[in-house]
Amino acid sequence: MREDPDLRGESGDAGEARDKAKLPISRREFVSVSAAAGAAFYLAACGGSSSSNTTTALSKEPVTINNLFMQQAGYSPQDLAGMTKAFEKQYSNITVKNTLVPYDALHDKIVASAPAGTYDVLLGDCIWPAEFGSKGIVQDITNDVNSLDVSKIFPGAIVMAKYQDKYYGQPWILDTKYLYYNQQMCSQAGVSGSDFKTLDGMVAALKKIKQSGVQYPWIGSWAQAEAVICDYAQFLGAYDGQFLDSSGKAVFNTGGGVKALEFMKMLLDDGLANPASTSSLEDDVLKSFTEGQNAANLNWTFQLATANDPSQSKVAGQTVIAHTPAGPSGKAPGCNGGQPVMISRTANHPAEAWAFIKFISSAAVQNQYATVSLPIWAASYSDPRVIKQAGKDLVDVAKTQLPDMILRPQVPNYNACSTKLQVEIQNALLGKSSVQDALNSAADFFDSNANA
Amino acid sequence: MAGRAETAAPGGPVGTRRRLAWRARTRELRFAALLLIPSIIVVFGIVIYPILRTLYTSFYDVNSPFPGSYPFVGFDNYTQALGNPDFWSAVRRTAYFTVVSTGLELVLGLGIALLLAAPLKARWLFRSIVVLPWALPTIVNGALWRYIFNAQYGVLNAIFTQIGLQNHYHAWLNSQTFALHAVIFADVWKNTSLVAFLLLAGLTTIPRELYEAAKVDGVSAWHAFLRITLPMLKPAIVVVLVLRTIEAFKVFDIIYVMTRGGPANGTQSVALYTYQQAFSNELFGYGAALAYLIVVFIAAFAIVYMRAIRSEDTAMGW
Repeated sequence: MREDPDLRGESGDAGEARDKAKLPISRREFVSVSAAAGAAFYLAACGGSSSSNTTTALSKEPVTINNLFMQQAGYSPQDLAGMTKAFEKQYSNITVKNTLVPYDALHDKIVASAPAGTYDVLLGDCIWPAEFGSKGIVQDITNDVNSLDVSKIFPGAIVMAKYQDKYYGQPWILDTKYLYYNQQMCSQAGVSGSDFKTLDGMVAALKKIKQSGVQYPWIGSWAQAEAVICDYAQFLGAYDGQFLDSSGKAVFNTGGGVKALEFMKMLLDDGLANPASTSSLEDDVLKSFTEGQNAANLNWTFQLATANDPSQSKVAGQTVIAHTPAGPSGKAPGCNGGQPVMISRTANHPAEAWAFIKFISSAAVQNQYATVSLPIWAASYSDPRVIKQAGKDLVDVAKTQLPDMILRPQVPNYNACSTKLQVEIQNALLGKSSVQDALNSAADFFDSNANA
Repeated sequence: MAGRAETAAPGGPVGTRRRLAWRARTRELRFAALLLIPSIIVVFGIVIYPILRTLYTSFYDVNSPFPGSYPFVGFDNYTQALGNPDFWSAVRRTAYFTVVSTGLELVLGLGIALLLAAPLKARWLFRSIVVLPWALPTIVNGALWRYIFNAQYGVLNAIFTQIGLQNHYHAWLNSQTFALHAVIFADVWKNTSLVAFLLLAGLTTIPRELYEAAKVDGVSAWHAFLRITLPMLKPAIVVVLVLRTIEAFKVFDIIYVMTRGGPANGTQSVALYTYQQAFSNELFGYGAALAYLIVVFIAAFAIVYMRAIRSEDTAMGW
């Protein structure tokens, strides 16, 4: 703001300044102008940048970046600590402080902390770029992401961070739900791995396993949480269904969407799926599997390492990971469970935040930590170190499952819509409403609220 | 102060003394105000400002966590909430939770308080044991009961199966009705201790002479309880009811940890609904209106109880 020489001259003498007659503007005008200027400055500060990159020079002064991650699936806290240590070694003036929260708290923590600028780097989920991008919670880092060789990233991975042709994050965790089954239980029931190639084959196999004495051969993570949407998405894809059509209208209440929910309900009604499914999350499913209580289930990559660890599992050495069963259409897509890393709009050190993101998502770093989370880079799947760490079984199935993934709706109000769908799916599974009525209700809500 | 003024102007005219006294008094008031400023700032910052800000937010369509210009919608957020069946379902569920949990806590707490007041040998030990559940953080309590009720590896299923009460494991938290009562049970388990100790404090104020006189008159223990204990304990009971009702109506954390409102919203309380709308769905204006509606409900409870306390005071001649 340009200084007024007259006003500057007056300010030297308090007595004269109080003399209204000698002021170039009245006190009220001065207060109004000051308030307006303050408000303008405040709004400008809050307005957010439309910049689509953070490639300003890195500070040479000591800098601390604060990051928000989760302590659940994907990379372990030890893995993250290892990556962080390596980064700090390379960038000696940057200190990294990571805060880890459960997945269920991640979204709300990001939202609540956004105005304060508490965090620089945020771990997101593939369902949030639309919401966070459209509401300005995270930065548009399109230029940064495009500065990398994006063509070498798995297509299913790169799409997780994109909304309306802009990147609001850099892919980091690449995951999908695989089929896991207990080899010993299957053998005892006369079931082979090929029985799990199709949904019909899987149902026949589960019935055989049940007859062999396993009370509930299947368990789903169908609690009122995002987990149930992921399992539903997997079956919806297998039945060739869609969440939304090309115009953005909800269509999961037709065709494959209805068949998918009917299939889940059939598993419960026929006693194939454990009734506890409707109060179980992925960790409960893993626990059930490692305790030898169920023969098969869908879960993220992390189940494989835990289930084969004798110190954590009673079924170590009996766990098989496989491509998910195909539906009548022959399709068997996985649910995209990728998680991008994002930069908060109110980040204090966006350049250093991007340096950190670039570092932890690089092929060199990701290849070192491939045991529980596979890299986003397609070439890594031929890297002997990755194959050795992750295991040939996982890498082989990932090569076919990861390129074919179904993405949950990318809409700004996904959370509200997802909550409604979770409740309606549970209403159908618990027999409180018909499958069709439940999905119709959720679809109506989607159409009214998804982009509202 | 007056003494100091007189010392400053010994034998002076009355007007001068008064003026000096007034100045000293003013200085004292200024100093007191200065000392109060930090606490006023803190109270304003963490109590008054958020209350006013929430009220302000409730009249706007705020759908982002950032400050800025949002459309003024007047009472739309309130009318939207009052016309939303999900809100009323949550209110009914919360009211049920409040009545049942507070009622059970009162009855059980009174029984425990009477036991703790009895001249037992190891009374200190019983008191220590009783206070334990209340000493647990609610989050820990919720996680504890979530594991106990877990269908796969919960203790409850293990015990019931081993003693032959059931043939196979039961998915307790699958039923909306059972899940709600499981949450109530967990809440009662934790908060009965608090109620018991509040009532125990009330019991210790009842004069022993009343019981001795009743005994001399041949009054049975049951009648002594009805005619002496309960009436004398009424003020403490009212306090317990006020505290627990308000707390129970705001129930959030134990449900968040145990069921997250499921299955199919069967345990969703009005506070959890408000939280989900505000933070998960980023409907901050709507969430603020919901928060104020909760305040209205709680204020209604508080007014009823305060009237009860007032009538009690009148009856006692206080």
